Amino acid sequence: MRKVQARTCVRAWTAASLFALCVSLRGGSAVAETAVQASQLDAGKVIHILYLAGDDPKASFLSLLQNQPDDEGEAGASLALDEVNLTGRFIGLHYTLDVVHLHGHSDLAAQTRPLLSTSKLIVAALTAPDLLTIASMPEAVDAVILDIGSSDDRLRQEQCRRNVFHLLPSIAMRSDALAQYLMKKRWARWLVLRGPSAEDQAWADDLHRSAARFGGKIVEDRLYSYDAGSRRVDTGYQQIQTQLPLATANAPSHDIVIVADTADFFGDYLPYNTTEPRPVAGTQGLVPVAWHPAFQEYSALQMQHRFELAAHRTMNERDYAGWLAIRAIGEASIRSGKTETADLGAFMRSKAFELAGFKGQAMTFRPWDQQLRQPVLLASALMVVSLSPQEGYLHPKFLTDTLGFDEPETKCHLTP
Amino acid sequence: MPFDAMITRLALKPLALSACLALSALSANASQIFVSNERDNTVTVLDSATLALVKTITVGTRPRGIVISPDGREVLVCNGDSDNISVIDASTLEVSRTIDSGPDPETLALSPKGDVIYVSNENDSMVTLLDRGAGTVLARVPVGIEPEGLAVSADNKTVVDVSESTSMAHFIDVATRAVIANVLVDTRPRVAEYSRDGHDVWVTSEVGGTVAVIDASSHQVAHKIAFDIPGVRQELISPVGLRFSLDGRLAFVALGRANRVAVIETATFKVVKYLLVGDRVWQLALSPDGRTLYATNGLTNDLSVIDVVDLKTIRSVPVGRLPWGLVIKP
Repeated sequence: MRKVQARTCVRAWTAASLFALCVSLRGGSAVAETAVQASQLDAGKVIHILYLAGDDPKASFLSLLQNQPDDEGEAGASLALDEVNLTGRFIGLHYTLDVVHLHGHSDLAAQTRPLLSTSKLIVAALTAPDLLTIASMPEAVDAVILDIGSSDDRLRQEQCRRNVFHLLPSIAMRSDALAQYLMKKRWARWLVLRGPSAEDQAWADDLHRSAARFGGKIVEDRLYSYDAGSRRVDTGYQQIQTQLPLATANAPSHDIVIVADTADFFGDYLPYNTTEPRPVAGTQGLVPVAWHPAFQEYSALQMQHRFELAAHRTMNERDYAGWLAIRAIGEASIRSGKTETADLGAFMRSKAFELAGFKGQAMTFRPWDQQLRQPVLLASALMVVSLSPQEGYLHPKFLTDTLGFDEPETKCHLTP
Repeated sequence: MPFDAMITRLALKPLALSACLALSALSANASQIFVSNERDNTVTVLDSATLALVKTITVGTRPRGIVISPDGREVLVCNGDSDNISVIDASTLEVSRTIDSGPDPETLALSPKGDVIYVSNENDSMVTLLDRGAGTVLARVPVGIEPEGLAVSADNKTVVDVSESTSMAHFIDVATRAVIANVLVDTRPRVAEYSRDGHDVWVTSEVGGTVAVIDASSHQVAHKIAFDIPGVRQELISPVGLRFSLDGRLAFVALGRANRVAVIETATFKVVKYLLVGDRVWQLALSPDGRTLYATNGLTNDLSVIDVVDLKTIRSVPVGRLPWGLVIKP
């Protein structure tokens, strides 16, 4: 009887130096030490996964309680790698994960090209422009790229690519998830306050779309461009108490303030500072997310425990997307028995593919834009308030297709 | 109190006492239902005849899996977040001791003689074998991710564990304590149960929405049962609990968020009826006489009572918050 050779390796590379660091992961290795039946070890089949992390500045937040972990996304992927290897050892499959941190944004294709010669199975924690650059390379035509970094609608619409699958909900899905809940609450009159960036504008555009779809009324769409200068300043409260009531004053009657501030310049200052006593939702306040560390339904509590044991912190939606991406690869290979990238992509597109992600239902990719169908959580800082789609929003095929761009309205036509 | 009145009372006492004794003997013999309440950290005890609350017993944190010893004397409950098992004395209804179970025990099963406890350790992908009397660990067997439901063959030679996140049923040989077969089933398997004749192992898949019938000797999936309920969306059909009728002719499957229990004819694998129960029906238990089936409803915090002869849901009874599993003391 052999011992399992399952020292799970995550090689951390930088594209410039190709410096390799091999780390033995906890969890999977502890199990692997135990002697297992030889029949389980008829290995040989290895699936190499490439994880591309973009070179982006860390997000900054108004609250000291919020921060972007250095291993965001990666931590979820690492945990899932342990898991698929644990399952894989029963059927002779092994998975490796090479994590590569890209440098800058100018020569991404040059940095990525040599990597694509070893693996075309890619988990991409990239911004939308970087993702498009890489997905459009000729060498990536037959790649399977699992997007865990972007919620940009354009990647699911005009700019969609057959080699890209999206794990996170699009902004349109998030906006629809929020809108359904607000209509359920009969909070139909929305005051939209948006920041100056193109991303903020995109969010606000989706709010208009959701209002039209579900019967909400945007009483005013207001641009808020005040630059608070240095954030978290010691004179902050006085300024905030002056500025934010002004920003929300003299608006038509509204039930809720919906904020579109993707960079968190002012959104987190809004609750309790609005002129009218109104709740706040959108990019801050009640937020639509794929995952939340307080989510515990549908065995999610188990996932939270497992992640915290492995990563020593709570799980955010990027970690969840990283976890989903690796589990999608695991599911596709274990169910199909195949290991070639093209075959795994074909299986993910097929009706046989189902991904369990602690949301009480099997999740699948929409064939027209390869967006993962999924319920969206509506959460405050500490609590999950609701889960959309809301009851009563019907769809002939999938209730989750009431969120985002459905087949009849899509501008992306990848359906074979 | 006047002297003559006291005489009368004294004279009456032996009669009253014997009546009292008869009553207590009756209640001690009455069948009771034990329900684990995941969010309350309690076990609710109900009188099977009247369905009245007998007692609420505080156990450890996040109690889920619950079994009763073959002699009916002890009820064992897994406390997932306390990493132990509460042992409840079934006559005094007190927790008599706790047994360390290894991390995050979700469910447990007993050997037919009741001497060995099999535990699913959800967080570290193990099945732990414990000596029930001494509370000591006999072995730890590595299985898939999130091990959950356990089934023990009548001859105690094989234990079947299903791992939710690996989507496999693992057949463990008790003698060698090794996994001898791994059977891929549909997504998120929850419960495994040997058919009454021991020929097959039935496995429910919560997210896959099916029941796999695995040949217990060849380890092949022989049949797969799917569910189609008019007016209920496919993604809500989430099979979890499973029990067979005493004669083995019927199988009952709790369908989770479809809020129904499916009744399956085992000879044909056909669903013959769907019984409406409470919200997110989870686990099932059959009364010792086989005439009544009980179902825990996680989101409505109650227990549905099903008449097995008429195949009708006849009552619901409130229990604790997020009721998970249940056992019946004969």
